[in-house]
Amino acid sequence: MTLSRLLVAVGTVGFLLLGGCATKPPAYDYSAFQKAKPVSLLVLPPVNDSPDIKATPGTWAHATRPLAEAGYYVLPVTLVDETFRQNGLTMANEIQEVPYPKLRDFFGADAAVYMKVKKYGTSYAVVSSDTRVEVEGRIIDLRTGELLWQGKAYASSAEQQQQSQGGLVGLLVTALVNQIVGTATDAAFNYAGIANQRMLGAPRYNGILPGPRSPLYGKPPTVQ
Amino acid sequence: MGQVVKGAGFVRLAMTSICVAVLAGCAQRGPGPLYMWESFPRQQYDTLLRAGSPTVEQITALEAHAEKARAAGAALPPGFRAHLAMLKLSAGNADEARQLFLAEKMVFPESAPYMDQFLKRLDASAKKENPA
Repeated sequence: MTLSRLLVAVGTVGFLLLGGCATKPPAYDYSAFQKAKPVSLLVLPPVNDSPDIKATPGTWAHATRPLAEAGYYVLPVTLVDETFRQNGLTMANEIQEVPYPKLRDFFGADAAVYMKVKKYGTSYAVVSSDTRVEVEGRIIDLRTGELLWQGKAYASSAEQQQQSQGGLVGLLVTALVNQIVGTATDAAFNYAGIANQRMLGAPRYNGILPGPRSPLYGKPPTVQ
Repeated sequence: MGQVVKGAGFVRLAMTSICVAVLAGCAQRGPGPLYMWESFPRQQYDTLLRAGSPTVEQITALEAHAEKARAAGAALPPGFRAHLAMLKLSAGNADEARQLFLAEKMVFPESAPYMDQFLKRLDASAKKENPA
């Protein structure tokens, strides 16, 4: 690569980066979140809009880590599951309709996390197969019913594949290997972890605010 | 000669300082995780799917995790002790389950209202078995 080409490349990258800044969505209004100061979070089973029945347990199991690392107490999801079962509730959409005061009474959590899985799993195509997980989430104050935060994120195997293309043959081989790996090891589970980290981790631009157990608690929301 | 050596020593010192400063910068930028997670999310997933390894094996894995955290001086994640308590309970070990529910409550006072529900139920079934 000659020097002038390098300069052009650097300029292009810089321009793209600046372009990224320019299209950044407007900053989230955190006033309700900052006023509510939730300490403990009840993550309800995510409603599944995808055809894969593992989407609910897969995304539910990955919700605790980002929220706990963000500084919140997260009620143990396996016990929450058991509690709902003992009360005859097994469907995520039924559970997400339980009135807030009832949830507050029983679990004692300050706020609840309502999630929805839009996509979960591997879609097979001739040239490329893609494992993709898309999630949406809302945090509702169980004491007031107020919406404190909402956001969404996705994670996809295509993010890595785009970086390592090896012509059409390479692509076909990649697609085949991905199909095998994707089905054999429940690949979507790992992407659910990445998607949830992107959605529920803190600090992130327009993400949730750090909680009381985080060293970042009380600092102004991240602007990067 | 002495000065040359001194000069080299100074350069080395400067390089070391820069390295230390750079590494310290890295360390400062990303504060470490609050908890030691190991495969806890995967274990919760297996329990939710009701398709994991037998309860005894799950307990062994979690106890090894707890031991590792103790040795490293790392904190166990929220819900870890309560999850283990539930497994202990299904393995028929109510006493250890009670200790673990109490431990969860002590480490995370935010969990008290929920943990109390389990403790209350444990007390009720203990009374039924051994009426005073």
